[in-house]
Amino acid sequence: MVAAGVLLAIPVVALMAVPTYARVEPELFGFPFFFWYQFLWVFLCSALTYTAYRLTLAARKPAKGDDR
Amino acid sequence: MSAAVLPMAANTGINGVALGVLIALFGIVTVAGFMASRFKRGDGLESLDEWGLGGRKFGTWITWFLLGGDLYTAYTFVAVPAAMFATGAVAGFFAVPYTIILYPIIFIFMARLWSVSHRHGYVTTADFVRGRYDSRSLSLAVAVTGFVATMPYIALQLVGIQAVLEVAGLGGGDNVLAKDLPLFIAFALLAAFTYSSGLRAPAVIAFVKDILIYLVIIVAVIYLPGQVGGWDAIFGAAQDKMDANNAAAVEAGLKPSSSFVPGSGAFWAYATLALGSAMALFMYPHSVTASLSSNSRNTVRRNAALLPAYSFVLGLLALLGWVAIAAGTQPIGLDGEPNAQLVIPQLFEDMFPSWFTGVAFAAIAIGALVPAAIMSIAAANTFTRNIYKEWLKKDATPAQEAKVSKLMSLVVKAFALVFVLTLDKQNAINFQLLGGIWIMQTFPAVVFSLFTRWFHRYGLLLGWAVAMVYGTVMAYQVINPVTGNHFGGSTALIPGLEEMGYIAVTAFVINVVLAVVVSAILNALKVSNGKDETIEFDYFAEADDPRVVKDLTAHATRQEPYGDPDGVAGNAGAR
Repeated sequence: MVAAGVLLAIPVVALMAVPTYARVEPELFGFPFFFWYQFLWVFLCSALTYTAYRLTLAARKPAKGDDR
Repeated sequence: MSAAVLPMAANTGINGVALGVLIALFGIVTVAGFMASRFKRGDGLESLDEWGLGGRKFGTWITWFLLGGDLYTAYTFVAVPAAMFATGAVAGFFAVPYTIILYPIIFIFMARLWSVSHRHGYVTTADFVRGRYDSRSLSLAVAVTGFVATMPYIALQLVGIQAVLEVAGLGGGDNVLAKDLPLFIAFALLAAFTYSSGLRAPAVIAFVKDILIYLVIIVAVIYLPGQVGGWDAIFGAAQDKMDANNAAAVEAGLKPSSSFVPGSGAFWAYATLALGSAMALFMYPHSVTASLSSNSRNTVRRNAALLPAYSFVLGLLALLGWVAIAAGTQPIGLDGEPNAQLVIPQLFEDMFPSWFTGVAFAAIAIGALVPAAIMSIAAANTFTRNIYKEWLKKDATPAQEAKVSKLMSLVVKAFALVFVLTLDKQNAINFQLLGGIWIMQTFPAVVFSLFTRWFHRYGLLLGWAVAMVYGTVMAYQVINPVTGNHFGGSTALIPGLEEMGYIAVTAFVINVVLAVVVSAILNALKVSNGKDETIEFDYFAEADDPRVVKDLTAHATRQEPYGDPDGVAGNAGAR
């Protein structure tokens, strides 16, 4: 459960740290860094949240003794 | 409608084909909405459950669409691109990190809220607070905040519908009534629609809405950038405009407020706008309703992992505001004044063939109508459950409750109309931010309380009260440098930090600090913190748990919506 919490905290911390990505270079397909970096986080966040979801499911299973 | 429109056709640029398609699609959707009230009908719409919760029969898919509806609103389509167009990334693009970090945040608390709500039959956050602290006053505070904060958010939707109608050529003219005609049409449509069909209408139409919206988004983000010279040209044009804006502002003796990429003075503003908006969104009554109507605790979390896909598209839509810069779009209202809110409809009208412009207009208008209906219903439900039934008429019958809810859904929209008419609608995104300032102050009472009862009910109440006053006063003092109006923006200097930040977050910090201090004192003095009708198990309960099923059956026939029948703390009945 702690691991799940860390996974969930990562995108929040990363996106709150605006100075780390508020710049133009390097560009990707004409997109300044500031923009494509945040688009990238959409997918990273989704993956992290899904992993956290699997972790919590796994953590529940033995405790509850059911097969969900 | 056509009779009212035709006399004005001569002196305004009505786009006949687009308007025709818009009206036709709107007609289809409206008919579907009215028919929705007949489908899957339970005991008629005369009970609150039927009218306000669709009989609680919505499965995972419909819940998904309802949740998506919370994000795909006029906020996404009109306000965010308009902010990008007018003043750049700090004012608009923060919506992307906002809608990303939203999901980890709701992942953490929504499952607990879902479980405890299903165990006790809570429908609103105020219900939960009432049960957790046995505190009518704290519950009232949460309910009133939810009701009031929804108003500017609905106002934003009205601005969105109005923008489409205005670009389509409706309204204009000299007298006051005709000038705001699109607004009144938007309001009338929304009111009639919601009043007659309740939550069933938006739930059915949400499908149509999402299909239309996806169609328009896909076409727009693939087709439009190529038409204006590719993304290089778009970002180049945006940078030029923002630089020119800032140079002009400095020349006029104002602070430069436009941004291509946030400069060092805007880091705090960007971060707090994103964080504050994310924490605020799932405190709104309509978001809670949509989440709680899902059929399983895990559905909420699974959706939290999958919904960020919405954020990607939101980012592309935001950038359409800059596509409009590259395209040289001139958003001029029918009164001849520039109005940034019109930029996306205007861009579509300039770039698309008329028939597809009509489809795009319909997508935006329906995309504003559906969430506005859901919002006003949820706010009305909160009023009925937590204000009317709790304080005004305890022995209200289900029919009376439904009647009050319908009436309040009109009242909340009427106030939304007042917001549009009195506040500065040049900066519509500010409506949503203003609602966020208020609703975020319920976060400690609701979310902290899901995890702990260390906080004292009076501490939470005091923190809420001070933060509400602070937030409102600060927001009032923000003056739009161009128009001179109050409530001109939602950022102010953070005391002690001397950086600009979202007022909601500053107020939230004050709220939490006060709540901690007062709670510590009251706990030390052993002042009663009320009876807790929930137990630890409630926060982990799953839908198919036999104990929960038994509870739900018991709740279904129960007269009072919540409360602890035997009056013993930590001991909810019917297990």
